[in-house]
Amino acid sequence: MSKAVYVATTMVAPRRAPVRMPGAWGFVRTRLLNSPTNILLTFACALLLWFTVIPTVKFLLVDAVWQGSDRNACLPETVGWPVGACWPFIQAKFSQFIYGFYPEAERWRVDTTFLLGALLLAPLLVPQLPAKAANAALFFIAFPVVAFVLLHGGYGGLTVVPTRLWGGMLVTLVVAITGIVASMPIGIALALGRRSSIPLIRFSCIAFIEFWRGVPLITVLFFATYMLPLFLPGNFTVDGLVRVLIGVALFAGAYNAEVIRGGLQAIPRGQAEAASALGLSWWRTTRLVVLPQALRHVIPGLVNSFIALLKDTSLVSIVALFDLLGQLRAAFADPAWSSPSTLFTGFAFTGIIYFVLCFGMSRYSLFVERRLNAHRRS
Amino acid sequence: MKSATLMLTLAIAAAWSAQGASAQTLKTVKDRGLLSCGVTQGLPGFSAPDDRGNWAGLDVDLCRGIAAAIFNDATKVKYVPLSAKDRFTALQSGEIDVLSRNTTWTLSRDTSLGVNFAGINYYDGQGFMVRKSLKVNSALELNSATVCLQTGTTNEQNLADFFKGNNMKYEVVAFSTADEVVKAYESGRCDAFTADISQLYAERLKLTTPAEHEVLPQVISKEPLGPLVRHGDDQWLDVVRWVLFAQINAEELGITQKNVDEQAKSDKPELKRIFGTDGSLGEQLGLTKDWFQRIIKATGNYGESFERHVGASSKLGIARGLNQLWSKGGIMFAPPIR
Amino acid sequence: MSSEARRPPPQFGARLRRALGGQAGWRGFALQVVLVVVLAWVAHAVIDNARANLATQKIASGFGFLWSTAGFGVSQALIPYSESDTYLRVLLVGLTNTLVVSLVGIVCATVIGFVVGLGRLSPNWLLARIAGAYVEVIRNLPLLFQILFWYLAVLAALPNPRQSIALFDSVFLSNRGFGMPKPIGTDALLPFAIAVLIAIGVAVVLRIFARRRLFATGQRMTIWPAVTGLLVGFPLLAASIFGAPLGFEYPVLRGFNFAGGLRVVPEFVALAIALSTYSAAFIAEIVRAGVQSVHRGQAEAGASLGLKRGDVMRLIVVPQAMRVILPPLTNQYLNLTKNSSLAVAIGYPDLVSVFAGTTLSQTGQAIEIIAITMAIYLTISLITSGLMSLYGARTSRSMGA
Repeated sequence: MSKAVYVATTMVAPRRAPVRMPGAWGFVRTRLLNSPTNILLTFACALLLWFTVIPTVKFLLVDAVWQGSDRNACLPETVGWPVGACWPFIQAKFSQFIYGFYPEAERWRVDTTFLLGALLLAPLLVPQLPAKAANAALFFIAFPVVAFVLLHGGYGGLTVVPTRLWGGMLVTLVVAITGIVASMPIGIALALGRRSSIPLIRFSCIAFIEFWRGVPLITVLFFATYMLPLFLPGNFTVDGLVRVLIGVALFAGAYNAEVIRGGLQAIPRGQAEAASALGLSWWRTTRLVVLPQALRHVIPGLVNSFIALLKDTSLVSIVALFDLLGQLRAAFADPAWSSPSTLFTGFAFTGIIYFVLCFGMSRYSLFVERRLNAHRRS
Repeated sequence: MKSATLMLTLAIAAAWSAQGASAQTLKTVKDRGLLSCGVTQGLPGFSAPDDRGNWAGLDVDLCRGIAAAIFNDATKVKYVPLSAKDRFTALQSGEIDVLSRNTTWTLSRDTSLGVNFAGINYYDGQGFMVRKSLKVNSALELNSATVCLQTGTTNEQNLADFFKGNNMKYEVVAFSTADEVVKAYESGRCDAFTADISQLYAERLKLTTPAEHEVLPQVISKEPLGPLVRHGDDQWLDVVRWVLFAQINAEELGITQKNVDEQAKSDKPELKRIFGTDGSLGEQLGLTKDWFQRIIKATGNYGESFERHVGASSKLGIARGLNQLWSKGGIMFAPPIR
Repeated sequence: MSSEARRPPPQFGARLRRALGGQAGWRGFALQVVLVVVLAWVAHAVIDNARANLATQKIASGFGFLWSTAGFGVSQALIPYSESDTYLRVLLVGLTNTLVVSLVGIVCATVIGFVVGLGRLSPNWLLARIAGAYVEVIRNLPLLFQILFWYLAVLAALPNPRQSIALFDSVFLSNRGFGMPKPIGTDALLPFAIAVLIAIGVAVVLRIFARRRLFATGQRMTIWPAVTGLLVGFPLLAASIFGAPLGFEYPVLRGFNFAGGLRVVPEFVALAIALSTYSAAFIAEIVRAGVQSVHRGQAEAGASLGLKRGDVMRLIVVPQAMRVILPPLTNQYLNLTKNSSLAVAIGYPDLVSVFAGTTLSQTGQAIEIIAITMAIYLTISLITSGLMSLYGARTSRSMGA
């Protein structure tokens, strides 16, 4: 191709052999101060840390106010020093952040649901424990039903608590968990449909997936909340929360479908061919051979899309549902607690909650990924 | 799996077509056992929830009155908090039966949005709130100001007209909820906050130091606020309209929440007619004979409701002004119940 | 001797079956028919209901509203806009606002993302840790949370215009936004621009020449002093002959606000910061994965050829990593554009805010407006994914060769 390519004939001078430097000082010298550029970088990073970490700690702990009953406790004029976090604000609004306007007398039902969910989820996450299938069935099928009965009431002597009274963490978790549970079958069906050899099913699945992935969630929520009823007969109403759930499930389902499709593509054709050579039908091939392998492959991807879903639940506050972030914004509007540090305190508190949830999930997905790839490690 | 999905789709489709479209709102509400009422996302005095989620306010009293007239139980209301921009869509879509959310009656809304206004429960006008420290005494001094407002309101167009008409420049920052406007105004994002004057008084309570802010005297528009319903269901329109008129008439007749039971026994022909001991006015509305008594027992008359939520004795402390009865110098006037 | 293999009998039935029903055959065909019937039924029910609902509620329909007067103000318009313009104009204003915030976000996110992503791979321990912490914190907080944080927190921290932070009396920072001098071209702009173009052209030619020479003889020419001299000297020369190419209009405090100059509203600043830092965290991960996907042997081979670490990165690792990086990177750009719709939460006049928000509430035509909004986003994303699959086809061909 290129006619004149220069080829060096002399050897480049060899570099010095790296010297092994053990111990802490060696670490500092090799990893932090081994060249002028690195010294500069290290210095800049240290400065950055100095100006972010120290004020944060000071704000959250050192300068914080821990007790009080209204904004006066958090005003610099009354306290006498530049006030950090105003924790009494969180204490006062705590029950709203967790339960919304759920009636106080009935809050044990929410607590029970949370506890039940945690008890069912915990053994599901530990790979060593047995009876995964039964556990998963309990969590993904039985638990939503029980949770609905407990939270909404209307059966077995429980008074009905309409969804408009739900709020805070409760709504965030309900939307996230329903979204996760409902989007899985939708995602699997769409992924299989997209790979189907039947043209029309394939095309409609592609169109469906591309549509939901192409529009912002906020327009989907708006559609679900305010336009869906126009398409239903006049006297056919669906609860506001349910409409949002439908929108979220379809949206997350389309994203899951793409993740699962990746897993399906990773399964060698031979697997399905071997299964059909054994005389298994398409359904059985899919159910017994292809899907289990494919899903196992995409667990990390799915967890990532669940994290995205959990974060996206915050958008429901734009369509007038009060999730955790919505309650936070409502709490900001309370003049009884307006002080210079209220904003930052609220953000710090909710930020920590979101972070713990999402970070926990991402760490877990890393753990699963490592476990699944154990055989690949050299 | 797919065949199961298909079955489900079929079932849903069947369920849809089985339910015919209908405009019988009153029947729907009765069947449901609950009135679905669109309100603000929290405007003290008109519709705001307390710490435990109980709604109260002048607009809420109308919803309670309707529920009382239908179910004899003012608590059978589902309140749907709506932002200004979402309110009409919610009404059109049937999510709510009545919108009682300080909404201005205008020709274009009446004709093009597919809604009918049932009456006026508060005569208002648009004004401005500014910081006292700005030393502005008139809205005409607001040239080049940045103005915050809630989007989806008549305020948006009035503001444009006002500034253009007076040859002044301005910059508008629009938010979708009132709380966001308050937050932005308080943080100094804008010099002035424009809204209906009653709303300005209400929002001022949400500021850290209400005393540092003032509502300017200029009123730049007419804002007759009232409840509205979907177009095309006249019976339901009548129910909402006459619940409001009942509240206003009660004040005129001196019937209060306290003395309503006593007055019901009166044998004055006018009161007998109203209380249903004579004639069948309630049934003509599709309600019961004692509809009037139910409403007033639940909410009190219009004057009581006004005093309780927005009047001088409430936190808002707004004078009756235009909203005084016609017989006492205002323009609040309801057609007679006969 | 050997006879030719007999042709298989024509199987028209089988071919037809396959064309109509894929591998599932007639059963698949039947399934499709059922699907069509069900879809048609649902579509019919939906349209019928919507029509009935619209008729009973007397909601106007059709797209005629686009040509009526909007009558409301918008805080940021990149194309000329006044209250007496139409809703169609509002749509365009919203769309340009969406596009400009997305564009600024994309550029910043790419820069931050590459810096952080490469920082995570840096041999400097502290830098790698800080970059890692950045990615974890930002990725695990909802975007809406971050937008609100930047808006409310930054807004609360900034002073009012009368006490604004000023730099050389020309750049102002206050809670009304960021004001800076607006450049206005003078008569000398044309010669200046020509000079810049000539300088760039000569520099490019010089570089091509230097590369040819390097490939042919192995001699490295140092061209950067010449290039810098050209790029700075030539325009300077032009400016000294013809005068300053640009005049500046400074923002001045008049009445309540700054007048004149260029002004960026705080909503834009908050949204751009939130979008770019958020997407940057994802881009950093993409960059890291891309760089790590390049086999170690490649970098080692480069090093054994005597290339410096920077050169190994620039010449060997990054070009190969780009193939892996580009598709998910485009996806992030798309996400960023879609995420800009969260502007509605802080009052930035983007497409969703002014069109699907204000216009919708004034006209009440939910179906048309939501459909237009969704169609616009859909078009953007379909165009992008179309371009991506073109790109994918090209790279997979070049990989195969």
